[in-house]
Amino acid sequence: MNQTRTKEQARESKPRVAVFKFSSCDGCQLALLDAEDELLEVAGGIEIAYFLEARRQTLEGPYDVSLIEGSVTTPEEKERISDIRGQSKFLVTIGACATAGGIQALRNWCDVDDFIRLVYATPSYISTLKASTPIIEHVPVDFELKGCPINKYQLLDLITSLVIGRQPRVPTYSVCLECKRKGTPCVLVTKGIPCLGPVTQAGCGAICPAFNRGCYGCFGPMESPNPYALGERFAELGMPASHIVRLFRGFTGYADPFRAASDSFQEMKR
Amino acid sequence: MKTSNGAIDRIKVDYLARVEGEGGLDIVVKDGQVADLTLRIFEPPRFFEAFLRGRSYQEVPDITARICGICPVAYQMSACHALEKALGITVPPPVRSLRRLFYCAEWIQSHALHVYLLHAPDFLGYESAISMAEDPQWRPIVERGLRMKKIGNQLLALIGGREIHPVSACVGGFYRAPHKRELLALKGDLEWGLQAAMDTVTWTAGLTFPEFECDYEFVALSHPNEYPMNEGRVISSKGLDIAMEDFEAHFVEEHVAHSNALHSLRIHGGSYHVGPLARLNLNLERLSPQASMALRHCDIRFPSMNPFTSIIARSIEMVHAFEEALHIIETYERPEPSCVSVSPKSGEGCHITEAPRGILYHRYRLDDEGLVQEAQIIPPTSQNLRRMEDDLRAFVPTVLDLPLEQVTWRCEQLIRNYDPCISCATHFLKLRVQWR
Repeated sequence: MNQTRTKEQARESKPRVAVFKFSSCDGCQLALLDAEDELLEVAGGIEIAYFLEARRQTLEGPYDVSLIEGSVTTPEEKERISDIRGQSKFLVTIGACATAGGIQALRNWCDVDDFIRLVYATPSYISTLKASTPIIEHVPVDFELKGCPINKYQLLDLITSLVIGRQPRVPTYSVCLECKRKGTPCVLVTKGIPCLGPVTQAGCGAICPAFNRGCYGCFGPMESPNPYALGERFAELGMPASHIVRLFRGFTGYADPFRAASDSFQEMKR
Repeated sequence: MKTSNGAIDRIKVDYLARVEGEGGLDIVVKDGQVADLTLRIFEPPRFFEAFLRGRSYQEVPDITARICGICPVAYQMSACHALEKALGITVPPPVRSLRRLFYCAEWIQSHALHVYLLHAPDFLGYESAISMAEDPQWRPIVERGLRMKKIGNQLLALIGGREIHPVSACVGGFYRAPHKRELLALKGDLEWGLQAAMDTVTWTAGLTFPEFECDYEFVALSHPNEYPMNEGRVISSKGLDIAMEDFEAHFVEEHVAHSNALHSLRIHGGSYHVGPLARLNLNLERLSPQASMALRHCDIRFPSMNPFTSIIARSIEMVHAFEEALHIIETYERPEPSCVSVSPKSGEGCHITEAPRGILYHRYRLDDEGLVQEAQIIPPTSQNLRRMEDDLRAFVPTVLDLPLEQVTWRCEQLIRNYDPCISCATHFLKLRVQWR
């Protein structure tokens, strides 16, 4: 019976996927285009209904899956995310900006009005929110893919899961397990290099320790982390509180556990 | 939109597609001329220069990479060089060579993305490379582009740990340098890529180009004996020849009421053009042997004043990048140590490198702990914004006889000639945002 279906009907039965960008660097949506071996196959298995970085054609909602890159930093983005939520069956946030506010969430510890007054001749022209916030602070989110950037294989697994209807396979344990599997000696234990691996969610493949440096937490907090205890260990190794604050306030610094830890060490600094 | 007598009076693109970041275009036409033109940039500001203040010099390359997911290496390279000048250190030749290899990888992946996935569909009348690939005639071509892109990304990930936001570059060198055997494993792929890039030049040179030329001032780096990437002087097609340190004395950023991003201009001059076409036009004698040969066999003459031929310039640069990558790998000496030791001190430094989209300027001032006191970043796309508008003003009257849909598409194609990265252009602190 399938053979008698028209191309249009076949198209209609494919899941309609949309990719939307908020405040971000474009890197996480690029991860899809970086899946060079799988891209055309994926494009054949789903209908890419809206993906401005890749195509001119845009199809109206509703969408089966909306992938959201970027954080909310303007009043317009706040409205737009509600609108997109209303049109989406599954809404998936991709990357550190969408899941934790991103590097631009560093503004959340400053007074944005100070920046604006400092620099702009006409502050009233500036329409930006005081904080950069993750999507989940604004609308319900069905699934999160972490990382700065996301891992393209996790994205492909997610898309496959949605197409065939199974749970995505995304680990919630720490980067330490990935180091152990790779056989990378612990940089914290053997070299005393501060590393966020013990509190950061796996998914990158433990790249930084394999490159002789500590993890900087770009996949954000793992499930039930204890960042404060890790920070205390850094302090024992002689790291000043100001460094510890900066280490937690990175690409996922606004995510709850990292935020709380950095705020504690900020207090200690005083 | 059209007037009652059928003439086009307004060209509007709400969201530009196949560019990085978010922008739109609004052109008002009166009596066959452009009366008003707005290249709207509504990508929100992310205040990079503001939150860089107080961060340690060694965090800067990782942070600035996040300005752009497509050209993170460029942000890391300009930042590392500028900070090394501020700290008064120089890197040894093997590190310098590995940095060029890293940049070759980024040029390959970024140019292959643009040539095959973002730009070529315009020339062939497809809305995307995905649609192009549905046509059996073009599927092998799209697959060739994807494989070239993949090889660039493999090289990038080998050196940097991953394709997007790589982790190995640092002030003083690299956290880890690859072994020669790891690089040699890619040799076969790079040889295939070199041939594929030669074929790409032949293919792109055979496309149909709108007859359109402008009297550009092309601006690029120039180096006495290499195609410019990480070092050189800033030169232009109109006689400019300055040290990088003098950049801010010759170029100015201007606020414009109708646009949200700052525009760069020549002081006492107008718009200028940066990117692969500018780089190629100004550095024809510095190309690798195969890239020179590809250029000689190409029907289009360079220097070229036709912005649509930038797709050929990108293709020729891919030949160069593949050939140079092979050369570097064959003569590679692993830097030992991979990184020069650095001690923090106060200082100021600026540097320009050639990002895939053109010159990228960074300047930093550090305090005696090595913390950033001031940061200034001028990305290539903000330098091209005014030029894109000038191009559109000249171009629109030449295509007004076409149906509106075609005019709109042509205007988009013209903008895509610059491979604009709007995420880069609007990282600015000094941004004006006006919402519609």
